[in-house]
Amino acid sequence: MAPLLQVQGVSKRFGATVALERLSLEVARGEFVALLGGSGSGKSTLLRLVAGFEAPDEGRILLDGADLGPLPPHARPVSMMFQSYALFPHLSVFDNVAYGLRREGRPRGEIARRVAEALEMVGLSGLERRRPHQLSGGQRQRVALVRALVKRPPLLLLDEPLGALDAGLRERTGLELRALQRATGAGFIMVTHDQAEALALADRVAVLEQGRLAQYGPPRELYERPATRFVAGFLGAANVLEGRVGADGRVDCAAAGCTLRPAAPPPRAPGEALAVALRPERIRLVDERRAPAENAAAGTLRDLAYRGEAWLALVATAGGQELRVSLPGGATPPAPGAPVALAWDAAAVVPLAD
Amino acid sequence: MRRLLLLAPPFLWLLAFVAAPVAILLAIALAEPAMGVPPFTPPLAWDGEGPRWRGTLLSFAILAEDRFYLDAFLRSLRVAFLSALLCLLLAYPMALGILRARPSRRLPLLLLVLLPFWTGFLLRIGAWIGLLRDEGWLNGVLRGLGLIEAPVPMLYTDLALYLGMVHSYLPFAVLPLYAALSRLDPALEEAAADLGARPAVAFLTVTLPLSFPGALAGFLLVFIPAAGEFVIPELLGPPEAQLVGRVLWTEFFQNRDWPLAAALAVALLALLVLPIRLFQRLEARP
Repeated sequence: MAPLLQVQGVSKRFGATVALERLSLEVARGEFVALLGGSGSGKSTLLRLVAGFEAPDEGRILLDGADLGPLPPHARPVSMMFQSYALFPHLSVFDNVAYGLRREGRPRGEIARRVAEALEMVGLSGLERRRPHQLSGGQRQRVALVRALVKRPPLLLLDEPLGALDAGLRERTGLELRALQRATGAGFIMVTHDQAEALALADRVAVLEQGRLAQYGPPRELYERPATRFVAGFLGAANVLEGRVGADGRVDCAAAGCTLRPAAPPPRAPGEALAVALRPERIRLVDERRAPAENAAAGTLRDLAYRGEAWLALVATAGGQELRVSLPGGATPPAPGAPVALAWDAAAVVPLAD
Repeated sequence: MRRLLLLAPPFLWLLAFVAAPVAILLAIALAEPAMGVPPFTPPLAWDGEGPRWRGTLLSFAILAEDRFYLDAFLRSLRVAFLSALLCLLLAYPMALGILRARPSRRLPLLLLVLLPFWTGFLLRIGAWIGLLRDEGWLNGVLRGLGLIEAPVPMLYTDLALYLGMVHSYLPFAVLPLYAALSRLDPALEEAAADLGARPAVAFLTVTLPLSFPGALAGFLLVFIPAAGEFVIPELLGPPEAQLVGRVLWTEFFQNRDWPLAAALAVALLALLVLPIRLFQRLEARP
């Protein structure tokens, strides 16, 4: 069976700006995919191409194996939830949700039943007669969500669905969103610039960098085995150490003044340059006298910031490069200016392809 | 105190240029016509002991009794209504077209809409006369093409009247419509399309109802001045059609019946306040 959605070598340019560059990506049936990237990464453009609001300059987009290209937006079976929600201000909650079903020409009774079910699902029963401006932000968000879902699309596109909510509501609404996705079995593609949101909710995360797919995989894989400098830095702000592969599989990093040894032999020949990622929370403080010879660095604690669950420490290594180190929030860290010794496990050293 | 200072200038402006003229108009409307300068006896006079009321509702009674004035009112309202409707029908595609044009083209197109305002009003009416009269360009071309033998009377007909009205008032309908349409979130039409609405359906169910306040504003901005329009019907319209503007002119300058003319003006004002109030009520709606 073909995947639900296939994006095949899609490019899109706006004048001189390249929004997407030969991007390919697949979404499985019932999968929750997050498109993660900064502004200008092309993530929203990809969503608009799938919805049909823009046409690709090259490449194809297939839904259930069928080319969406010739279909105008109103004929595409996908639904979209807009970042601004785009609720019709002159229509009631009921009429907003019923809009799509009415366009399908469903009988009146079926529309009433399905709208009631949909509103019930997100706890909005009783608000049918309200207009959008009489709702809270969270309520508007849910109206927008069920308006897109009520037609039971096989694929739902969500453009920053949690972006307009305040922090307290985001987490809970995000989990509700995923529960709804599981319950409906629809494929979800969510555009977001919030890495925590992407990691928490998605089955697979696609990291976009300047219109290209930097990495696509399950959240843990992306976080623990970032493929590129960009992904390593974008997800969790990893330290990137530039080194050179040594004779026996070690990596010498002059900038940090240390020798790294990955768990597996590095994918480069001796003498070649190699960048590795090192997560701040995988680095620990050790006693200077017991510091190992490899996968360890000495330095001076430069600065310290308390973040509640952790301390963020900036350590200037002997080689000059500054390392971000995350220390447990319950511990008492040394004072800034103190000499420190750092160590990490071989599994924490992730060679980067680019 | 600061509040007062801030509010004073617009308040004084309104007092001097709106309230005072209307009060004077009302006073004249309640006066009795007389020979002399000015040609009426003031309704409130000072006769040594105190103020004495000498006003009369005679002028309003004439307006109410004589079918001639009522007919002029009705005819004016019909002309204004039709002109406003025609303007709206033309303005809608124009506003929509400008909005859908490339962003860099929008301002030039809007300026084109305003272009007629850059030449003198009478000059433009004169141009229409030149185009439409029996020996005019249009008849000349039609005759030259052999389509007609005798000139088709176009000037001094309803056709010329509405041509002139629509031509002069169209920008008043386009601008508020454009403003209303450009305020709409473009995502709304996309959302409608996404939910399965064809472009025409999306327009009818989303854009059209949401632009209603702008359309109403455009309609009233044409309707209100068109109801009292004097120059265009006088220069282009059929001579037998008596509109309020012409009646007013006649009473004021030819019959020198200032009180009756003032009463006409007051009645017209009262009639036009109605749609303005309606408009405000609709505007106040969220």
